[in-house]
Amino acid sequence: MSDPTETSVTVEVVYRGIFQKTLAQRICRSIVLAGRKRGHTGTAFARYGDSPERNGVPAKQFAVVAINDLELEASMAKYEPAVVDVSIAVDDTLVKGVESWAWYGRQPIWKPVRKDGFLLVTSENTPEAVLAQTDTAERPYTLVIVPGGASFAGLWVFKDDHTDYRVLGALAKVLPDWVRLDDVKALIQEQTKDAGAVQSAQRGFDGATQRAVNVGEGTSGHEVLQFEKPGWTTMRPGIVIDARKPGERNPQYKKYGARTLRPVVNFDTCIKCTMCWLDCPDECFEVTPEGHYEVVYEACIGCGICAQVCPVKDCIVMVDELRFEDNEDKWQFWKKDHDGYNKWFETKSGVSADPQVRTPAARQEGSGNANPSANPTSASGGDD
Amino acid sequence: MAVQVKEREHQDVETEQLMSGCEAIAEAIRLADVDVMAAYPIRPYDGVMQAAAKLIANGKMDVEYIVADGEHSQFEIVKHACAVGARVFVGSSGVGWFYAFEAIAVTAGLRLPVVAICGNRALDDPGAFGTEHNDSLAVRDLGWLLPWAETAQEAMDLALMAWRVGEDKRVSLPVAIGLDGAFLTHSQAIVKIPTQAAVDKFLPKFDLGDRLLHPDNPITIAPQVDQDWLMEIRMQNDQAMRKAHDVISEAHADFKKLFGRGGDSPFLDEYMTDDAEVVVFGQGTLALPMKVAIRRLRKEGHKVGLVRLKWFRPFPTQEIVKSLSRFKAVGVIDRDYSFGSPYYGGVLYNEVRSALYSLDKRPTIVGFIAGLGGREIEQAMATDIFEKTKAAADNIKSGDMCHWIGVRS
Repeated sequence: MSDPTETSVTVEVVYRGIFQKTLAQRICRSIVLAGRKRGHTGTAFARYGDSPERNGVPAKQFAVVAINDLELEASMAKYEPAVVDVSIAVDDTLVKGVESWAWYGRQPIWKPVRKDGFLLVTSENTPEAVLAQTDTAERPYTLVIVPGGASFAGLWVFKDDHTDYRVLGALAKVLPDWVRLDDVKALIQEQTKDAGAVQSAQRGFDGATQRAVNVGEGTSGHEVLQFEKPGWTTMRPGIVIDARKPGERNPQYKKYGARTLRPVVNFDTCIKCTMCWLDCPDECFEVTPEGHYEVVYEACIGCGICAQVCPVKDCIVMVDELRFEDNEDKWQFWKKDHDGYNKWFETKSGVSADPQVRTPAARQEGSGNANPSANPTSASGGDD
Repeated sequence: MAVQVKEREHQDVETEQLMSGCEAIAEAIRLADVDVMAAYPIRPYDGVMQAAAKLIANGKMDVEYIVADGEHSQFEIVKHACAVGARVFVGSSGVGWFYAFEAIAVTAGLRLPVVAICGNRALDDPGAFGTEHNDSLAVRDLGWLLPWAETAQEAMDLALMAWRVGEDKRVSLPVAIGLDGAFLTHSQAIVKIPTQAAVDKFLPKFDLGDRLLHPDNPITIAPQVDQDWLMEIRMQNDQAMRKAHDVISEAHADFKKLFGRGGDSPFLDEYMTDDAEVVVFGQGTLALPMKVAIRRLRKEGHKVGLVRLKWFRPFPTQEIVKSLSRFKAVGVIDRDYSFGSPYYGGVLYNEVRSALYSLDKRPTIVGFIAGLGGREIEQAMATDIFEKTKAAADNIKSGDMCHWIGVRS
């Protein structure tokens, strides 16, 4: 293999806070250690401002590999590289946009990726389906799909499903000048003494599919959220900010970037018991004129508590976030077009809107995850 | 906030009392109509809490008096009370002050004009409670205004100034008045007590404006910030501290008009400097024995004088430059230490030296560490200080930039 023409390479791993922290850390450390095998040096670090991490909130870790210590210095003493060669999203719902808990606005997943760089996504979906939820490209890049679901490999529980090895193998395919497959395999062999783990790296290498993305491809449907940082003359003195009056939502604080699943409501079967409205930790439910409860999707983090406390079977169903284009409230839809809404509900959730029908409705859009207990964000706790 | 007053209109109706510095502060708390004070005993500050409690018990003062479970809570209580619009008072000494340090540090960042005294005390090695300025000076970089008093009268006057300056919206910073333990806190002197009417004229009602924490004014104070915010917050504090200089000058001018006290300059008190060649520079009660020495040395024909610093923060750099550049040599007396500092000098020494550095013609600076742990500054020590400063003025090199005075070998 040829030597790198550049003096360093930067990779970021975008992951779900807490739930995938260990996975991100293992990938970033292994990138540096694999580079070390061919005499390079490097650094791995987490975005300092993500800590203490919040459940499910998009977080980032980074790996930089450089040809020597001097070249590495330009990438040291930083919180976050402004430009990366590769961005790795280890949960495909992250392609809808990344927003840190410090809230500086939603950013397209490709935002730091350089021209002709790579966006590597672990997904069970096709490249087209993933691209359909990714913001419109402003620079050409290559979308790389590593087959597999979002690994639950976090701070408290590490589910060793070889996602890290497959991602490293795929990375060796797109960055052959920096991360050599042989080095990755040798590293995994040393670390695990497990031929299966080494084979997973090969599977990641072989299975990664690449799809060139041109300028203008992707969706323009996502809300543009930007935030201007005030200066010392425009900030209020004394570390004071406006607060909300009772009943108000903070219009700047939108938490949906943390969502991997969203609650979808069957208004026909709702018994107006108030449980979802009462137990929602983010006060996401609005009461409709008829006394139903509709979800304000801009405020919902997808924790799944509403679906768990709802006493009516399949009245609130948690559905894969990647299957939704927008954050529109749905009660109006149901009011205007009852049958159309129920058909939409069945299509998205995979369950029948009619409580008399016990068998699941035919799934029309691939395999949605309709099981609320599968949602990692319903776990509690943080690392602060 | 200019106050319209006639020249010395209230001076005649002042009363006099023999009282300690602590009692003078308690009177200031009464006159300022403080809403909340928090107390926790440590000597010498506890003289204030006792004097204030007595005023309350005797029905002369109405203030919410909260005895905390320690200094940290004590300073947190007033910080929070201040945020809901209460005029507050608090104080401590030595290591008690240090125990409150987290609360002290964030109070300045939150721009809450808490008024405190620091009854200056050695840092408890072990049990020492004589005066040393290291407790107050520990907060010198944090955004607290730091005046130092020489007498009980000045303690009261500075306290009234402290609420006026600290609560001014252009400043909105906490103030900690340095009071030398024993010599000031626990020694009684004649103090003129102004009338309530005069004080009311000098000191407007506390008004936090749109920063008031109240259900009708929904705000969040102190949300979490990070590297993207903190530098701007620090810059705001820096600007407030810069503005404090002129606000102090304004308040001083009004104070002088109303009460006829305060001297020519709000920042410096000069004594026999008109024709002086050699002066000493310091703050707090050490000025008293030095003035005695100056009168004695002048009888012997020495052109000596004193410049006493009244506000350490904001440091009156231009006033100091203007004053000290007139002299051949300046002896800076520190009632503090800063181990390992440049030339092993005290805090004040290095600040003064730094202020004078950019002058084309600058006086020779000599540093003195004296009176630590509350040791008296005796006349022999004062003579020693002047002799060493004069030797430096005469270009006699001793080899030392700084000297410890009155220490046994």
